Amino acid sequence: MAKNQYVTIKGTRDGLTLNLDDTCSFEQLLHELDKTLSQDDIDVEQSMITVKVQLGNRYLHNDQEEQLRTLIRQKNKLVVQDIESNVITKEQAMRWKEESDMRIITKTVRSGQVVEITGDLLLIGDVNPGGTVKATGNIFVMGNLRGIAHAGYKGNQDAVIMASYMHPVQLRIATLYSRSPDYESDGVYMECGYVDQSEKIIIDRLQIVAKKRPELSGFERSVLNG
Amino acid sequence: MAEAIVITSGKGGVGKTTTTANLGTSLALMDKKVCLMDTDIGLRNLDVVMGLENRIIFDIIDVAKGKCKLKQALIKDKRFDYLYLLPAAQTSDKNDLSPEAMIEMIAELKKEFDFIIIDCPAGIEQGYKNAVAGADQAIVVTTPEKSSVRDADRIIGLLEQEELEPAKLVINRIRNHMMKNGDMLTIDEIIQILSIDLLGIVADDDEVIKASNHGEPIAFQPNTKASIAYRNIARRILGESVPLQSFEEEQGMFTKMKKFFGMRN
Repeated sequence: MAKNQYVTIKGTRDGLTLNLDDTCSFEQLLHELDKTLSQDDIDVEQSMITVKVQLGNRYLHNDQEEQLRTLIRQKNKLVVQDIESNVITKEQAMRWKEESDMRIITKTVRSGQVVEITGDLLLIGDVNPGGTVKATGNIFVMGNLRGIAHAGYKGNQDAVIMASYMHPVQLRIATLYSRSPDYESDGVYMECGYVDQSEKIIIDRLQIVAKKRPELSGFERSVLNG
Repeated sequence: MAEAIVITSGKGGVGKTTTTANLGTSLALMDKKVCLMDTDIGLRNLDVVMGLENRIIFDIIDVAKGKCKLKQALIKDKRFDYLYLLPAAQTSDKNDLSPEAMIEMIAELKKEFDFIIIDCPAGIEQGYKNAVAGADQAIVVTTPEKSSVRDADRIIGLLEQEELEPAKLVINRIRNHMMKNGDMLTIDEIIQILSIDLLGIVADDDEVIKASNHGEPIAFQPNTKASIAYRNIARRILGESVPLQSFEEEQGMFTKMKKFFGMRN
């Protein structure tokens, strides 16, 4: 019987990769992993080694994952960096889809109204003063943005806010916010707001987004293709 | 087919009651059968503006509670045969009336009248809900002030949730010189924000206050700016197309001469 039937260890520049077979039972796998990792005598002088785990087509429940993590952690000098699997649950997939979807809403968001969606928001209409739009992703307003827009409200700082006419009371991205100046000002046409390196919300011409957020177009394309 | 129109604004003091009284009067002047309904219970004043305060015996709460018949509570106007007022109660509060009772009363009034005009109280609580309950159409009154436009926007948002025709806008208390100087929102700016149809504009006129204090709605007067404005609104409700009033001040002979000679004002 070959010794490492189910577990193969590969050394890379960043640490170790554990390839775990996906055809055996989980118990078998744990047992063998335990054996394999115990065999190696590890030099005490060595620094911590980060481990990536490749599960292949195996799905792990939360408690199973925890079991795996504790097993690896028990071994000297090993730190689990990442557990990767080719499969996800339907639920997770649906959530992914929802988060990367673009929702199109056609209405005027009036004072006191809040539109809150998961994913990107394309609003065809105005956001009036006192109205709020919130999205976990980006916000695109084809109309006048005069109220509050909160993009990436669950913490995505890469989210952007664009509007045909930008004259907001406040712009919020993730946990950051910027407000309109205290003096009377005119709005600007075709602009976008994004977070720059200094963690501030910047408003600029929307053409600039191509440079600042190149991933945006790829993202959108994937949405269009389902 | 009778129509119930609610006059609302969200903010207080923008001229809901004045608009109700004058719209009712204007429609009555055009030979329509009109009933005005005051739903501002506890703070009634449509009766005062109409000059009918001394005739109140029963009120809307008495009708709702079955203390009297609807016909007994209706007050006939001094000037018209077919203008009536259903006054609000002064001693109860807004929770004594229910949307169901309103719907029932309006259904009964519709058999008798062409127009039922409902004066809505300020705010968005029970009083507003009662006033809107039985209405087919809504008119939102605003003034060219930011705070009042904000509240109008909120109200329009709430009205959109009701099963009403899209609300129409009346801009009240327009001061031409302030609009020109940019000290007030312009009509275009207001319409751009609220994005609903404009039904009419009414100039700020001292005569309006004077007339209300006398219990005579201004719409009676033949040719003040405000009375023409209200009558125009009534004509638009009846489906006529009437151009908007221009607020240009009448120019004196001297300014005209100066203009003629190419001198600057």
